[in-house]
This record gives sequence, C-alpha cells and structure tokens, in this order.
Amino acid sequence: MLDADQTYGGPWLKRFTFLTAAATFVLIWMGGLVTSHNAGLAVPDWPNTYGYNMFFFPVSKWIGNVFYEHTHRLMASAVGMLTLALLAWLIAARVPKWLRTLGVIAFFAVVAQGVLGGLRVIELKDALGIFHATLAQLFFALVSAMALVQTEFWRRLPVHAEEDRGGYRGLLVLTTCLVLGQLALGATMRHQHAGLSIPDFPAADGKVWPDTDPASILRYNQMRMESAGEQPITAAQVILQMAHRMTAAAILGLVATCLVTAWRRFGPRHCLTRGAMVWMGLVLTQALLGAATIWTGKAADVATAHVACGALCLATGGLTSILSFRMLAAPKAIGVVVEDTAVKTLLAPSAGS
Amino acid sequence: MKRISLLLTVISVCSAVQYATAGDITGKVTLQGAPPAEKQIGFDETCTKCNPQVTTTRHYIVGKDNGLANVFVYISKGLEGKHFDPPTEPAVINQVGCNYDPYIQGVMVGQKVLIKNSDPMMHNIHALPTVDGNQEFNFAEISQGDSNDSKWVSSITKPEVLVKVKCDVHNWMFCYVGVLDHPFFAVTDKDGNFKIANVPDGSYTLTAYHLKTHQKTPGVTQEIKVEGATPVTANFTVILK
Repeated sequence: MLDADQTYGGPWLKRFTFLTAAATFVLIWMGGLVTSHNAGLAVPDWPNTYGYNMFFFPVSKWIGNVFYEHTHRLMASAVGMLTLALLAWLIAARVPKWLRTLGVIAFFAVVAQGVLGGLRVIELKDALGIFHATLAQLFFALVSAMALVQTEFWRRLPVHAEEDRGGYRGLLVLTTCLVLGQLALGATMRHQHAGLSIPDFPAADGKVWPDTDPASILRYNQMRMESAGEQPITAAQVILQMAHRMTAAAILGLVATCLVTAWRRFGPRHCLTRGAMVWMGLVLTQALLGAATIWTGKAADVATAHVACGALCLATGGLTSILSFRMLAAPKAIGVVVEDTAVKTLLAPSAGS
Repeated sequence: MKRISLLLTVISVCSAVQYATAGDITGKVTLQGAPPAEKQIGFDETCTKCNPQVTTTRHYIVGKDNGLANVFVYISKGLEGKHFDPPTEPAVINQVGCNYDPYIQGVMVGQKVLIKNSDPMMHNIHALPTVDGNQEFNFAEISQGDSNDSKWVSSITKPEVLVKVKCDVHNWMFCYVGVLDHPFFAVTDKDGNFKIANVPDGSYTLTAYHLKTHQKTPGVTQEIKVEGATPVTANFTVILK
C-alpha cells in the first residue's frame, strides 16, 4: 500500500526515471523506423556490426538501411544503461520495496529486449520481431508508471476516496488490454514484411470486406509494383488488416465510453476524466495516422509515427488505470440491512384494514 | 598412332550420336494484358553517385511484339530418375550499380554461385528460400571486390522455383534464382525469346513461369516431344487478367 508521505529517493531519481521513459519512447520511434524501412536485417551480425565492435563502427559506413538498424542498436544500448543505472539508484535510494521490484522487472525486461533483438537478427526469425516490438511497448508503459508514482501529483492523490461503483477501473483495464492486443496485431502485420495488404481506406479494395479468394489475392499481387522487396500478400494478411481496423473501431468506442463515463461520474475536472480526454485525443490521432499510413502507401515516417502513437496510447491507458486503482476503492459487498422498525412498519397491518 | 586415331574416331562418333539424340527447344513468351507501369526507384545518395541512371523496378519487362522478359522456362516433368551433373562453371549474382544482375537466372542444385560485390559500398545478401531443406542466409559483402562462392551451394540444396535474394541495406535490390536438378532451363531475353539446348529425346512438360504474373500458381505448361536433332518450338502466352 502506498504511503502518501513517503519519499522516493528525491527529485533527481524522479527526473532520471522520466529521462529513461523519454529515451525509451525515442527508442521505440527508432525501432519503428527500422521496420518501416525493412532494415531489420541490414546488419547481419550481432552484437558486432559488420565485424566491428558496435560502438566503433565507422560513421562513413552508416549508409542506407544500416543507418536505421545501427543507430537503433546504439540507442538500445543507451536505454539499457539508463535502466541499469535506474535499478542501481533504486537499490541505493530509500524507496519502497515494490518500486525497487519494478526496477528489477524493468532491468530484466530490457535485457530480454536486447536478446530478442539480437536473436531476431542471427536466427533470421521474423516472429521474434513481433515479441520484440510488443515487449518494447510494455517496457515503455512500465517505466512511465515508475515515473508517475514518484511525482508530487501521485502523492497528493486521495487514496480510495470513493467506491468504484459501476466498474470503471475494470473498463479502463479492459480497454488497455484491447490496446495491447491491437499493438500485437499491428506488430504481427508489420513483421510479415508484406507492405500494405489492403491499399485503400476506409474501403478495403473498393469494398466493405475485401475478396480473399485465391484469384483476388493473385490479382492484388500482380498489380502491386513493390519496390522494397516486400513479400507477396496472402489472404491471411488481408484478414489480419481487417481485424486491425475492426479492433481500432472497438478501441475508439471503448475509449469514448471511458471518457463519457468519467465525465458523468467524476466531472470534467477530475484527473480520471482528464486522463480519458488525453487518451481519446491520442486514440483519434492514432486512427488518423493509421488511415494516413494507408493513404501514403505506407510511407515510413507516417507508419513509424503510428507505432509511436500506439506506445503513447498503451502507456496512457496503463497510467489512467493505475490512477483509477489508487483513487477508487473496490465497492463494498451489497447486503440487505433491515431495521426492525422499517420491517415492522412494512409488515404491520394498516390501521384501516 | 593408329590407336590414337581409332580413339579419336570413337570419340567423334559418340559425340555425333549424342547430338543425334538431343534437340533444342526454342520459343517466345508473350504477355497478354496491360501491366502497371514500373516504379522508379529512389536511390540514396551513395547509390546515386554510383549509378546516376534512372532505375525502375523490373516486374514486367515487355519488348518487341509483346515479348515478355525474365520468364523462367524449364522442363518440369519427364526427367524423373535421370541424373545430371552440375556444371563446374559457377553462376554469378553480381551487385553492380546498386542492383542485382541478373534479375532472374537458373542454376543447378550443387552448382556454385559466385556472389560478388562490384560496387564501392557495402551490400548484404539475404536469400529467402521457402522449400524445406533450403536454408535462409544473410551475410555482408562490405567492400568492392568481396565475393563468396560457398554460401549458396551449402545452403540451397533442393530444387526451388524461385529463390528470392535481397539486400537489406538497399531495399530495392532483389533478384530471383531458379534452382533445378537438371540443366534444361532458360530465362527469356528482353523480347521474350528463349532457347534450351541439347535436350535428350523424350516427352516432357515444359513450364513457363513469370514471377509477377503467376505468383504461387505453377505457370503455363505445354507438352512437348524432342526427337533427334529436330528443333522444337514452344511458344507461351502469359495472361494478365
């Protein structure tokens, strides 16, 4: 249980945690650029870079897609160092045990990320890229939460000030989980390396639901003039993109429900309502970026912005959920309390009968 | 001296007999239908310096009289149970002008493939076979003049039509290699013409496969018969619907 008066290692630890979260966001952006440019295997070895120690790889050789992959690895190393330093600081500082535990989890997560990224290269396994991308988003949410709980804002929040009648916390968690699922779907799509499986939006190959019979898939592939070595489109990829679109619509609906519910229940100035407002703004931006990804023919910068915004959507949902659990208590069990007087009044025959 | 003459005579007769029981298959592949326009490739700065020419994709190269280039034509049935030694001469995949040359080619299982970098910048060579038993590989050739003739033959050991090869440093670079366990294949030239030489007598299924048009379908086929030195003509039409 959080102690509102407890200090968490001081303002500089808080700032360092924020720095680590910010660096992670930049790293996610850079990782997004790697996949958007299909540069995941531009450096065929790991942990070296074309035989060089990665920190001494000559800048003159940072050409083509090597630039994206190599700078991503350098930034990943920086985030790894920041996370290690954060853990050391958490151990040395006077912080609650649970916060230290989060630091340990973050450290092992970043190590796992590094290994996943390296294995994806040397084992030539696209599937590992999907886990790598999803874990990155979760790591960002974790470090963001670690930063949040060290703020003055967090410490001043009223703890369990009211009951969560209506299950608002559950709604937030459900929506956040759906966002995570959507990120995993998106990562699966991107790591097929097949480019855009449906070239238009909001229609799908000019229809509400695209044809996925073999003749139609053949025609899509015949007419698509890929110039970046994309893999051929398959029916499964078309269905995957449709699932991604439908999940996006569901998320829009759920986040809107969160906002309306919070507004009605807590009022417009409540931090949970404001959290839902920010979330709504991000999800609307994300939807627009998703559409723009298609309209621009999957332009790398737009697709990468879509990835980065997705990370912010997950983090915002996670942080708002955490806030809700701090501020709202589980509803008490509902029981019937019957006062003798009331029962007697009800059950007593009327004077006139 | 007499023995040498006799030996030479026997060799000549054997050669004549061999040619008498093998023929050539020639033909033309034409495209029916209107393909989309090729896309211009945007080189990065280093590649523009190396190759300032306008470069496009090579999905549908249509030449004279609708002749379709880069069609892989090969005998797909009729050679079962027969063994053919791979040529000693290696095939070549050349990275030149920030592109792969050739775009489509055929090799035999067990034939060496010399992968070389003729450009003054690094490339990597990433092969993506799909047939079980063929191994994906990805390695770098950092400098001009780097070459490797062992990676392919040790990794690609089963027939496959077609193995994709790409460069992950320069996304627009990709080519394809047809791998067969016999030497009777050809790739159409810029006007769609092909020739498969010295095909032994027999009845065969000849397949013309154009990657972009046929994708995962097997291509177009026709039955042919090779008899003696009489050349066989087999024309194909690739239909783009």
